[in-house]
Amino acid sequence: MRLTYPDSIRIIRLPCTGKVDVILMMEAFRKGADGVYVVGCLEGECHYLTGNLRAKKKVEYTKKLLDEIGVGGERLEMYNIAASDGPRFAEVAKEMHEKIKALGPSPIRGALQNKEAA
Amino acid sequence: MIVAERKPIDEIIEFMRDCKKILLVGCNECVTVCYAGGKKEVEILASALKMAFMKEGKELEVEEVTLERQCDHEYLEEIRKIIDEYDAVVSLACGVGVQFMAEKYFRTPVFPGVNTLFMGVTEERGVWAERCQGCGKCILGETAGICPVSRCAKRLLNGPCGGSTKGKCEINKELDCAWQLIIDRLKELGMLEDYEKLIPIKDWSTERAGGPRKVVREDLKQ
Ligand code: SF4
Ligand code: SF4
Repeated sequence: MRLTYPDSIRIIRLPCTGKVDVILMMEAFRKGADGVYVVGCLEGECHYLTGNLRAKKKVEYTKKLLDEIGVGGERLEMYNIAASDGPRFAEVAKEMHEKIKALGPSPIRGALQNKEAA
Repeated sequence: MIVAERKPIDEIIEFMRDCKKILLVGCNECVTVCYAGGKKEVEILASALKMAFMKEGKELEVEEVTLERQCDHEYLEEIRKIIDEYDAVVSLACGVGVQFMAEKYFRTPVFPGVNTLFMGVTEERGVWAERCQGCGKCILGETAGICPVSRCAKRLLNGPCGGSTKGKCEINKELDCAWQLIIDRLKELGMLEDYEKLIPIKDWSTERAGGPRKVVREDLKQ
């Protein structure tokens, strides 16, 4: 299967989405990511039983924090995709890429660029 | 433990409007257990504050430190050598810790990062509930180990009131009626006859009504 996904996406591998912490997602934005999405296994199919369910709640919490500071919670999403479902992975990547493109650059990235230019 | 929750970020930002460099201080005890002001929450808040400032085209330097406790001289002293480097301190300890910090470092503005709520327990992961109001004269011995001062909305000492319905309190259907809990436990203990004993009028002067309280142990004092 040769599938392509947008090259705007950087993959950070973790053993399980249960390992995704609020600070990890926040720091991705602070370092200039325009959007972040967490991809976990299908609900009910976590190898560690509840890793992806915990991740979902942490994503929800982080979205609220991002809203609070005006970065925008809609820049963060969680998807559940079966490990074997390559086509869906590519589809989600495109979907997220389009969504973030429509939202435009994050206000943080703008600030980082201004700082560099100064 | 003392239960607290993070203040809205807007409110925290408002405190430090003119700051360039702040010290964000967590506490390793109560507020760590209730996920309001431990090392992790310090990290998250630092990241959020920096971003909020960046968004406004400003820069905020945030130094993070989490002390063992903020209600003891010994640990608070650990930041004495660095405190003067900062425009302000935001403490994520309970109100006790924030105040002790402010008392100790008189020349540095100290702001609270959490709202301190109550003394309570972890009922389940992510759920904390009130259990004691520090009334200064504990009556748990007469109430089957269940505190009507903190758990009865009306603080009745001889309850329940007429609003107790199906074991729930009239102010909120989710809330157990403390007196129902007391009766159930007395029954379980085979001590229901104790329910008939009237609890005398409580001396509230040992509670906040008597002004700020203090404990002095001469045998320990230096
Ligand atoms: S400062 Fe407050 S939160 Fe920290 S240990 Fe003391 S009582 Fe608990
Ligand atoms: S009776 Fe007073 S000291 Fe005892 S648990 Fe209730 S509030 Fe706390």
